[in-house]
Amino acid sequence: MSKNKVLLTDPLDDNNPITVQVLGICSALAITVQLKAAIVMSLSVIAVMAASNVIISILRDLIPNRIRIIVQLVVVASMVVLVDQVLRAYAYDVSKELSIFIGLIITNCIVMGRLEAFALGNGVWRSFLDGVGNAFGYAWILMLVAFFRELLGSGKLLGIQAIPDFIYEMGYVDNGLMLLSPMALITVGLIIWVQRSRNRKLIEQG
Amino acid sequence: MDYANLFIKSIFIENMVFAYFLGMCSYLAVSKTVKTSIGMGFAVIFVLTITVPLNFLIDQYLLQAGALKWIGPEYAELDLSFLSFIMFIAVIASMVQLVEMIVEKFSPALYGALGIFLPLIAVNCAILGGSLFMQIKDFSGITESAIYGLGSGIGWLLAIVAIAAIREKIAYSNVPAPLKGLGITFIITGLMAIGFMSFMGIKL
Repeated sequence: MSKNKVLLTDPLDDNNPITVQVLGICSALAITVQLKAAIVMSLSVIAVMAASNVIISILRDLIPNRIRIIVQLVVVASMVVLVDQVLRAYAYDVSKELSIFIGLIITNCIVMGRLEAFALGNGVWRSFLDGVGNAFGYAWILMLVAFFRELLGSGKLLGIQAIPDFIYEMGYVDNGLMLLSPMALITVGLIIWVQRSRNRKLIEQG
Repeated sequence: MDYANLFIKSIFIENMVFAYFLGMCSYLAVSKTVKTSIGMGFAVIFVLTITVPLNFLIDQYLLQAGALKWIGPEYAELDLSFLSFIMFIAVIASMVQLVEMIVEKFSPALYGALGIFLPLIAVNCAILGGSLFMQIKDFSGITESAIYGLGSGIGWLLAIVAIAAIREKIAYSNVPAPLKGLGITFIITGLMAIGFMSFMGIKL
């Protein structure tokens, strides 16, 4: 049991997909301008990862080794199409905002990376836990970045004003730079800095 | 003139790495030395220039709403665009396989240089991103989409070679230990992206 629990907790810190395994950076940076988009994106990734990890794990003895990449891509792509259609039906605005980045979950290296590294060699339940764990590890970094970018960039959280008026009256101005793409990279860089100074065994040698 | 404009725009202003963060995974993984990053960059240019126009044709004649008109009037109302993710990724994966085999057969030297990078490319988001942007941008013809593919590829090459050169040098600098490697690379990329923002608004 405790071994299964590690599958869920490890990706949250020690083996975080974004800051340690360096997977799935593209979407982590591009859609973190607003917290809402980041939450929707996180939910989509959780759904896709859990489902495709389970499917690949069920099929793992049937897939010929040579064509496994294409099989994995097709499974992931079908899951992403499902998510995309659901989003278009129930959350059209957000789906417009995420534009191509829902489609890019297909090539999000987190999904492929976990399929290759875990689902191909492990049972269904463990693969499911691994998928969910890694997706949560991804999700919380995503939301953290979005939190800071939306708060400092537009003074809002989830579209509601979060910085009280009297601070603006004292001369505070929103930092528009936070809304631009370069600051996403720098924010993630700073998160990595904080994480590694707390957790020193993650520091890279050489 | 329009072509030149599109070309410059796709290299500098809408740079895959700095404006959209596409292909970041391989950008971070392969940028440790300039030599390998050049190989990876050319492989990306190669595959983007082939797959974007190809997917353009598929989008125009198979997937878009009303695209199947050429088979017969009864197909004119079909809209298969929900299939585009699967089609695009299948085209990309099989093209990469095909390109790998052709290059191996006809130019072993090139295969030696690009070979190990080609399989990596199937899952490079810059490639799929190129095709998806092509779909959104509504290009008028195959030439435009080919130029867009080429330009985006060159922009990606530029970005990865630049960061590789900086990383080679920074190995000798005294970076705070927790920032070493990944952290500092992110921050440098952010600063480079701010630099690239100065290209915004350039029009030929």
